[in-house]
Amino acid sequence: MLDFDQTPAFPPGFFIMDETEIYAKLSEVFESVFDEDSIQLTPALTAKDVDGWDSLTHIRLLLTVERSFKVKFSTTEIGKLENVGSLVALIKKKLEEKP
Amino acid sequence: MNALYRDLQWLPRAPQVFSARVKALGNFLGPVGSEVQSLAQHGLDLNQLTRLAKAIARLRDEGKSLDPLVSFRLAVLSNSTIDMIVPALVTSAARHGIALEVIQPSYDQVAQEALTPDSTVNRAKPDGVLIALDYRALPLKLVPGDAEASAAMVDGAIGYLHALRDGIRANSTAVCIFQSFAPPAEALFGSLDRVLSGTLRHVLDSINLALASSIAGTGDVLLDVAALAETVGLADWHNPQLWNLGKFAFSDELIPLYADHVARIVGALRGKSRKALILDLDNTVWGGVIGDDGLEGIELAQGDARGEAHLAVQRIALDLRQRGIVLAVSSKNTDEVAREPFLKHPEMLLKLEHIAVFQANWSDKATNIQSIAEDLSLGLDAMVFLDDNPVERGLVRSLLPQVAVPELPEEPAFYARTLAAAGYFEAVAFAGEDLKRAGFYQDNARRATLQKQAGGVDAYLASLDMTITFQPFDATGRARIVQLINKSNQYNLTTRRYTEPEVVEAENAPDVFTLQVRLADIFGDNGMISVVICRPTPPKEGEPATWEIDTWLMSCRVLGRRVEQMVLRELLEHAHRAGIERLAGTYLPTDRNALVVDHYAKLGFTKIGEDSSGITRWELMVEGSSHDPAPMKVVSTGFQSGEKQALV
Repeated sequence: MLDFDQTPAFPPGFFIMDETEIYAKLSEVFESVFDEDSIQLTPALTAKDVDGWDSLTHIRLLLTVERSFKVKFSTTEIGKLENVGSLVALIKKKLEEKP
Repeated sequence: MNALYRDLQWLPRAPQVFSARVKALGNFLGPVGSEVQSLAQHGLDLNQLTRLAKAIARLRDEGKSLDPLVSFRLAVLSNSTIDMIVPALVTSAARHGIALEVIQPSYDQVAQEALTPDSTVNRAKPDGVLIALDYRALPLKLVPGDAEASAAMVDGAIGYLHALRDGIRANSTAVCIFQSFAPPAEALFGSLDRVLSGTLRHVLDSINLALASSIAGTGDVLLDVAALAETVGLADWHNPQLWNLGKFAFSDELIPLYADHVARIVGALRGKSRKALILDLDNTVWGGVIGDDGLEGIELAQGDARGEAHLAVQRIALDLRQRGIVLAVSSKNTDEVAREPFLKHPEMLLKLEHIAVFQANWSDKATNIQSIAEDLSLGLDAMVFLDDNPVERGLVRSLLPQVAVPELPEEPAFYARTLAAAGYFEAVAFAGEDLKRAGFYQDNARRATLQKQAGGVDAYLASLDMTITFQPFDATGRARIVQLINKSNQYNLTTRRYTEPEVVEAENAPDVFTLQVRLADIFGDNGMISVVICRPTPPKEGEPATWEIDTWLMSCRVLGRRVEQMVLRELLEHAHRAGIERLAGTYLPTDRNALVVDHYAKLGFTKIGEDSSGITRWELMVEGSSHDPAPMKVVSTGFQSGEKQALV
């Protein structure tokens, strides 16, 4: 018999994606935003390296990231982003903060 | 946020192959404009809208014609960032039959562009200019309680908007599309803001009213952004973070909705709005199935929650008719049965006199809708088809892609809202003639009967990926078997009613052959849809061993899916295994089952008798009978292999 009152004991953070998973999902986001499946995501990748990554596409990218990962970024956090590595770190932090 | 509006839920979701089809547009054989429009008919998010818009731009660069899309050149003047909106406009316009070119001058150059004769906008000679301003474009000052200053501010704002219009008029023939102003969500006093002149809410209310009345009759057009923002909620419409980040006037999540509203207006300016609404009847215009539930059984009453939902559908249909939209009916029913509620049900709002073309028959709905369009002398692209059944919607969409077919939610209470939200009947003006239009079409429409069958049905059936499952009666299916036996009226050869104990008896009798049939398809499980009972006739010397088909019924939901052919195939197989040489069938006519008068003839039975009351008797020899294959997977389970020895 299943006991529905008992919450299964998953360790804290069990459901949180690791970095590899975040990169995988982020690749899908890049593909849908840039309409381009050949972008190789590396921590050092910046807007300069990608064709069509202008300030507007940047905002569309961040909005799509927010929706895909179900997180919200603050204006300050957005301002501090430097490259894909810092974006992944921010996503990771946000996912960990989620209740 | 309300998902109906945010996600444009009246549109089907984009298929898996969406990106692949967009990529393949460059090599598309045939009119690429139609393929673009068909791709745009889905509920697309901002990235998908952008992707399709880029592909459209590539087609243009390659000099490809976008026919049959109709060209429209739209200049957009705005005080906010519209770069994310422009691609959405292009794709949404294609949805409404328009090949849209957008002229986008530099950011925040509204007055310069409108007033200077050789500005980017005026030199481009656009067909229309969208003046996409939000309240932050107006020089508004807070003057609480100062009625005079408040009125002056309203006059100033209207004067500014009119000056823009005059500048555009002087330099081009473009129609101006003004936007009403969505007030911010934040109140100053609270509810008093609406009362007190000089508050932002009060001033914007006044500007919106004055703008609307100044537009009436001028040929210019209003896009009611204030109403749109109120519909989805001001707090969701305005996103201060996005305004601060990049001067986006409203939430990015609502760009698809906004763009569709702009596209509706442009479509309406080009005569692309829909003109006729075709209604399904059972479970759309009323709750339940008239053929099975009867006049007393259908749900249609005030005070009954389900009934009121369907009355709301009738109400909106009637209101649309009053403003000139033609109404028609397409229903899988016997004509007489379908008309009964219109003639006799006291709660029906819709009467026969409101319906220009009434098509109740057993042909597929694509054929019916084509015939309705011919009768009304309207194109298929003027039609909207409302049906609760996803299979019918899918069939019509696949065979007649020009017809608009809204997706409907599970809950009928939201049918009317969904139809209204889709904005199929957008109009930019209303004339006295519109009032008479529905009647005009009606006079010209003759009541058509259908002879021809639409092609392509086979291919569509195959695409449904159907699985049919056959089982003998069992305890699990019993309740539904009893229900079907006692409720089915239309597809029912003998209309013999049995109680649960009688069904149990048939289930347990070793010599009685029983069949319960289920059907699943890509839209889901239809559940049990057919029931058959065969009883052996007492063996006589020199006569072939015979099963008498005591009961054969089917749910009308799966009509036209070739289920009956597959049932016969299954019957023949079991008969063969049981050593039965002949199937005997009877048609007992009632006032409800004219649908199946030819059931046995269509399945290849031979008529062996007919009496004056219309009862017909049929036979089919088991050996050598052939049956048309139907495109579905067959699962046959639960039958004992020893049927032969179970027989007397």
